[in-house]
Amino acid sequence: MFLNDSDLQAIWLTVRLAGIVTLILLMVGTPIAWWLARSKAWWKGPVGAVVAMPLVLPPSVLGFYLLLAMGPNGPVGQLTTALGIGLLPFTFWGLVIGSVFYSLPFMVQPLQTAFESVGERPLEVAATLRASPLDAFFTVAVPLALPGFLTASILTFAHTVGEFGVVLMIGGNIPGVTRVASVQIYDHVEALEYLQAHRLSAVMLVFSFVVLLALYVWRPQPVRGA
Amino acid sequence: MGGIQARFKLDWPGFALDVDLDLPARGVTALFGHSGSGKTTLLRCIAGLERAPRGRLTVNGAVWQDDEHKGRHGGGHWLPTHQRPLGYVFQEASLFPHLTVLGNLRYGLKRLAGVQPNSANTDLDAAIQLLGIRPLLERKPDRLSGGERQRVSMARALALRPRLLLMDEPLAALDVKRKQEILPYLERLHRALDIPVLYVSHAPDEVARLADHIVVLEAGRAVATGPLTETLARLDLPIQLGEDVGVVLDAVVAERDAQWHLARVEFPGGSLWVRDGGQAIGDPVRVRILARDVSIALQPVSGTSIQNCLSATVEQMAGDHHPALALLRLRVGPSPLLARLTQRSSTGLCLVPGKAVWVQIKAVALIG
Repeated sequence: MFLNDSDLQAIWLTVRLAGIVTLILLMVGTPIAWWLARSKAWWKGPVGAVVAMPLVLPPSVLGFYLLLAMGPNGPVGQLTTALGIGLLPFTFWGLVIGSVFYSLPFMVQPLQTAFESVGERPLEVAATLRASPLDAFFTVAVPLALPGFLTASILTFAHTVGEFGVVLMIGGNIPGVTRVASVQIYDHVEALEYLQAHRLSAVMLVFSFVVLLALYVWRPQPVRGA
Repeated sequence: MGGIQARFKLDWPGFALDVDLDLPARGVTALFGHSGSGKTTLLRCIAGLERAPRGRLTVNGAVWQDDEHKGRHGGGHWLPTHQRPLGYVFQEASLFPHLTVLGNLRYGLKRLAGVQPNSANTDLDAAIQLLGIRPLLERKPDRLSGGERQRVSMARALALRPRLLLMDEPLAALDVKRKQEILPYLERLHRALDIPVLYVSHAPDEVARLADHIVVLEAGRAVATGPLTETLARLDLPIQLGEDVGVVLDAVVAERDAQWHLARVEFPGGSLWVRDGGQAIGDPVRVRILARDVSIALQPVSGTSIQNCLSATVEQMAGDHHPALALLRLRVGPSPLLARLTQRSSTGLCLVPGKAVWVQIKAVALIG
C-alpha cells in the first residue's frame, strides 16, 4: 500500500473539510461578493479590507483569535455552551468555522470580480422584462458569473486543503477529527518518517498542480456579451 | 386621462433634469437632443431605472411615480421597473448571452402575470413575424449580426404587449448599412402599434422618418415640444440643426407615372412629384424637404429642370446660423415649408411676411 490507513484517514478528513467549507462559503460569500460588487456605501472599503485580511494575516494570528473567541471565555464559546453544543475548539466543526474565515477571500474576491464584470445592464434588461431583483439575480447574474463561481470554488477548496496554521491553533492534532493531511505530514517529519512524509507530500503536490492546471488550461471562458 | 404626464426634477453633479411633459397616448414621440441633453436620463426615469427624487409620472391614467402626494409613511409612490408594463430597447441590444434568441424572447413572457399561454404565444408569434426573426430563433446572440440582435431585442420588448415602448437610440450602435436594414422594421412597427412609443435619438433623419411628435431637450430641459411638422418648421427652434433644417410632411400617393418612375404625392395644400418608392395609390407616405433645397421666385419659372414648383406665402423670416443666410417659413396651403437663402437675395426679392411667391423644390426625399 502506497499510503497507510492514517494517511488515508487524514486525506479523507481534508477533502471533507474542504468540501463543506466550500459549500458554506458559496452560501456566505456570494451575498458578500454581490454586495461588494454593487454597493456604493462608504463602508464598502472597510468591509472589503476585513474580507481580504486572511490573505496577509499569519494563520497563527487568525487561529489565535478564533481560539479565544470559541474558547470557554469567548463570546462564541459562551454562546455555543449556552446552546448546549459545547465548545468548538479541537472539534471538526471548530475547524470548519476557522477555515471559513481563513478561506473567505478566496471565495469572495473572484465572485466580486465576476459580478462586477456582469455589470448593471443585464439586470436592468431583466427588470424591464418583469424580473424582480431576486429573480434577475438567479436567472441572469448567476449564469453570467458562472465562470467566477467555478474559479472561486476551486480556489476555496484548494486553499482549505493547504491550511496548516489555523488548524494547529484551533484543531490540534486529533486523528480522524482534526488531523488533516498537512498536519499529518508535519507529524511524519517530527517522527522522522520521511518516506511517509514524502508520499503524502507528493499527493499534495500533484493535487495542487492539477488544480492550478485545471484553472489555467481548462479555464471556463466567460460568456461573451451581446 | 390618457397619454403620459411626466414631471421630473433631478440634480446630479454637473447635470440637472427638469421637465414637465404631456405626451400623446399614441404615435412615436422623439426625445431629440445632443448628447448630454438628458434624453436618455429622461427615458430611464420613465422606465424606473433611475429615480428622480422629485417626480410624478402617469401613463394612461396609471400612476407609476408620485412624490408630490406623500403617503402615510412620508414616502412617495414608486412602482419598481419590473412592475411597470413597458418595453425597453437599449442602445446596445443587450441580449442575454447565455440564452438562445427564443430563450431571450420567452424570458419576459414567462414572467407576465395573468396571461394565458395561448395568447402569450400569439403575441410572441406576432412579434417574431413583425421583426422577421423566425430563422434566428435557435441561435445564440453571439451568432447574430448587430442588426439582427437589435431586431431580436425589439421583438423581446414587444412580445410583452407593453403599454408603453421606450427605445434608447436603438440604431446608434449600428453602421449605416445595418441602420437601413432596421429602419423598415421600425416603420412597420410605427404603423402596427397603437401604444405610445418614446424614441430617443440625436439623428434628425431618424426623427424625420419615425416621429409624429417631438420633444427637443437641451441641458436637461424641454425647450420645444409639439407635433413633428409644426415643431420642425419653427424658425426659433432652439437647437442647431445646420444642414438638416427642413420640414416633414405627411402625404398620400395620388398618382403613379410608370413611364418616368415617378409618383405624385398629395399633402394638405399641394402635391409633389417624387421618385416612385413602390407604394400603391392611397398609401400614406412621408416626405422630407430640406430648407437648402427650396428656392424662391417671384414668378413661375419656365425652362427649369426642377419638377416641383408650388405657390406659397411668406410667413416668417429669421436669420440663420451664418450672417449671410436667412431662413424663411412659407405656407403652401396649411402646410409649412422652410427655405434657406442668402440675406442678399431675400432683400433683393423684397421678401416680407405675407408676400406671395413661387417655391421651387430641388429635392424631395420620400421617407417611409
